Amino acid sequence: MSLQNIILIATQTLIDHVEELTALDQAIGDGDHGLNMKRGAQAIQGKLPEMQDLNLNDALKTMGKVCIAQIGGSSGPVFGTLLMTLGKELPARPTASDFAPALRLSIEALTRLGKAEVGQKTLLDVLDPVQKVLALGGAAILPRVKQCAFESALATANMDATRGRSSFLGDRAKGHVDPGSRSMALIISSVCDSLSAAPVN
Amino acid sequence: MKNLSNHADTSLAESLDGFAAAHADLVTLGADREFVQRKTIKLGKVALISGGGSGHEPLHAGFVGHGMLDAACPGQIFTSPTPNQMLNAAKAVDGGAGVLFIVKNYSGDMMNFQMAAEMLDQDNAIVIVNDDVAVEDSTYTTGRRGVAGTLIVEKILGAAAERGDNLAQLKALGDAVNKATASMGVALTSCTVPAAGKPTFQIGANEMEVGVGIHGEPGRRRVPLASADAIASELTGAIVKDLALKPGQEVILLVNGFGGTPLLELYVMVNSVRKVLADAGVKAVRYLTGSYVTSLEMAGCSVTATVVDANLLALWDANVHTPALRWGI
Repeated sequence: MSLQNIILIATQTLIDHVEELTALDQAIGDGDHGLNMKRGAQAIQGKLPEMQDLNLNDALKTMGKVCIAQIGGSSGPVFGTLLMTLGKELPARPTASDFAPALRLSIEALTRLGKAEVGQKTLLDVLDPVQKVLALGGAAILPRVKQCAFESALATANMDATRGRSSFLGDRAKGHVDPGSRSMALIISSVCDSLSAAPVN
Repeated sequence: MKNLSNHADTSLAESLDGFAAAHADLVTLGADREFVQRKTIKLGKVALISGGGSGHEPLHAGFVGHGMLDAACPGQIFTSPTPNQMLNAAKAVDGGAGVLFIVKNYSGDMMNFQMAAEMLDQDNAIVIVNDDVAVEDSTYTTGRRGVAGTLIVEKILGAAAERGDNLAQLKALGDAVNKATASMGVALTSCTVPAAGKPTFQIGANEMEVGVGIHGEPGRRRVPLASADAIASELTGAIVKDLALKPGQEVILLVNGFGGTPLLELYVMVNSVRKVLADAGVKAVRYLTGSYVTSLEMAGCSVTATVVDANLLALWDANVHTPALRWGI
């Protein structure tokens, strides 16, 4: 499968889940996450024809720039920085084990950017456990990464209790999955599926 | 939800075009509607730039003009604008004395403005507004939220920039005004982001959300609707406590509508808040009443107080001429 197709499928997955992401964000936020992800996904899809000849690193950096320039909100800088850092840190033809150190550096960049840490109900709570699975390596890595991403996103539902806001919100914030974590899991899962279906050309 | 709209996807662009046409004497719209800028740029003056998600009108574009902002960057509804918007706005309104960004404390706004500040070649600084005393952290905030007090920060900084204060002075003044400002709000109904099509939160016909954010984010508690006096007592009490207001102190009092509450009710609240302040021995020396920092069509209001001395009061009283705020000229 071509890199373009992997990107097309991953972005389309986000677009197809816009209503679910909106509903998640309305439960605990200001309701804009689904539309932001849709706008970013569409902007990346619109850029795909220009990305035909780019290698993985430049494609990731291009997508990162599109996110920062087009999305706004929290999602623009966060997903933009993630993609730009991966584009900078991954080798040109990465194997599964190459993703672990690059993702670790991306997590560090996001921690600096958003002043958030693991355990605070953000997409770091998906990236961090996924990074650990990648770092351990082993057989059947793709399905395990996918499962880890989905389970970690679901687990954010119980995380508000650790935050200052919970004392004001009481039980109302409990049980809601973090929308950014859900988006992250959808992207990771889609890429895993694409890579499982056919190796990259 | 009924809207005056042609299409949800184009409403923001159409609204900005209408705004620019209606206030063509004061403002112009930047390329690709990335920002609204003051029509005449004053050389040698620090440029004040704010911005944030749309849906809070007249904040921020309504405060672009003499004595207030030089440019405002509108994001999508309830979504921070992008760094590119801020960089292009800074280029357009640069007066050669640096750029001061005024940013409401939301994670998205902070990240985008900080990226812009790092990328900008001009001298710049950021004043963060976090006046909402209702909650300490929320899903999209580390620390307190920035709400209606932003108007007061923008007005006072605008006057100081107009008289020639430099970037460092303005940054210090902005931080001081923010520290002297506290707000808290109450919602009677929800708001609906048009593209989302559903109310942001569900609230019963006889309920209110005390401490609500300006995007309909949850506040402190959901309780049965109380009287204006009781609401004023709770909101003002929290503000008095936060600012540690003492008898004899003077404040600017802003009673701000969230978009769906008539002025008649806002003045009922003014009257109630006035009594609470009087009981605390605090004097409201200036009043501003109206819907200035809104949450689309949400019903409810916020109360904001800023402790002032003669210097801040003179800056508040200084001439201002913007689409949404005008006095003196």
